[in-house]
Amino acid sequence: MSNDVDNSRRKFIAAGVAGTAGLVLAPGVTLLDMAHARPAGEAASSAKRWGLLIDSTKCATGCNDCVTACGKENGVASTGHPETDPQWIRKIELKEIKSGRSHSLPMMCQHCAEPPCVDVCPTGASFKRADGIVLVDRHICIGCRYCMMACPYKARSFVHEEHEDQNPDVPRGKGCVEACTLCVHRIDKDQQPACVEACSAGNHGAMLFGDLNDSNSEISKRIATFATTQVRPDLALNTGVRYQGI
Amino acid sequence: MINPAKRRSVLGWLAASLLALLLAGAMPATAQDGQGGHKLIAKGDKCVRDVDFMRRNHMNILKHQRVETMRKGVRGSQDSLKNCIECHVNPATNSVASSKEDFCMGCHSYAAVKVDCFECHSSKPKASIVGTHPIIAPGQQSEGKDKQSGLSGKIPRQMQAKLASLNMGEGVK
Ligand code: SF4
Ligand code: SF4
Repeated sequence: MSNDVDNSRRKFIAAGVAGTAGLVLAPGVTLLDMAHARPAGEAASSAKRWGLLIDSTKCATGCNDCVTACGKENGVASTGHPETDPQWIRKIELKEIKSGRSHSLPMMCQHCAEPPCVDVCPTGASFKRADGIVLVDRHICIGCRYCMMACPYKARSFVHEEHEDQNPDVPRGKGCVEACTLCVHRIDKDQQPACVEACSAGNHGAMLFGDLNDSNSEISKRIATFATTQVRPDLALNTGVRYQGI
Repeated sequence: MINPAKRRSVLGWLAASLLALLLAGAMPATAQDGQGGHKLIAKGDKCVRDVDFMRRNHMNILKHQRVETMRKGVRGSQDSLKNCIECHVNPATNSVASSKEDFCMGCHSYAAVKVDCFECHSSKPKASIVGTHPIIAPGQQSEGKDKQSGLSGKIPRQMQAKLASLNMGEGVK
């Protein structure tokens, strides 16, 4: 995968950044937070690995804010046939039978570093981007659904019905498999995934998004401080989504 | 056994029909007003490439860009399908593919070539072009309430002339 950036463009970008140095108000304080989004024309790089940390102790039973926000952002709405409706994120309830302790958490594509959905795909449609986001390239997905069977987290769905009025940033249509894209179109604009944004807008603070490769990122610090788990760590898929309190 | 004279006439007929086929094949590429009734709709004064080049090669450019964006995560290219739609949207339908009057379907229905893009991609621009279009600045928008009608009045005169000369301005009148 090509992560090499043409050098002259680097210099050009550096010159652009130097040109805006006037926006710095005081050391460390800038008027504009210099965008962390990749400059136009630059490919995603394996220097980053995007991930999520979900604190199930803050995730309330019955709260569906993340699911609603995801549906709105990505145009995943009910087709009136719930048994075949695509599902990108779902809330699940866990209960320990002995103690009766129950808790709730959202489950979606775990953006595995070793994704079985990619291993089994016969066409190469299911792939992992350099920055760890696992996606389906709908241009070459033949809808065989092997990946749905391979995914241990039931994260993927098949689109059974024709769709209209898609979000221009989120193309989706009949005959392909799809799953949570970690809101790749938003991440590339330096925005948070829609579910994370909704969770903090609702003051739940149960979801944290960030770069797992950056030891200074909030998510990496939390993972280094608190006990967090991957779901089914025995499968050694090295998931990008981790949970706290489960 | 065919005699030589007859063979010549057969060859002549073949050559003539081949030429006719070639001409017919070239027709959609030059289709403009009056030929298939296809109107070019564009907001900018200049396409990302030469218009003739685009007529023949837009599919290759889009296919190249889709790989760059989808697989490598390259964003912000002027060759993106979204960029095409922003510029070529028909103000009457707010789409590039909802009717034969729209930019993509005008030619594709004339040439009888099916477009699959819009089974998954939206054929509509993300938002109003007001204030976001690289060429039409917010101050140049008309006072009209309707965001679509904002396109007609206030396009700079220079650009109108260019649009007219390129025969690309019909859709926004
Ligand atoms: S959670 Fe499932 S769909 Fe997502 S990367 Fe892992 S195997 Fe693939
Ligand atoms: S359904 Fe599509 S993405 Fe999944 S395995 Fe088949 S071709 Fe690959």
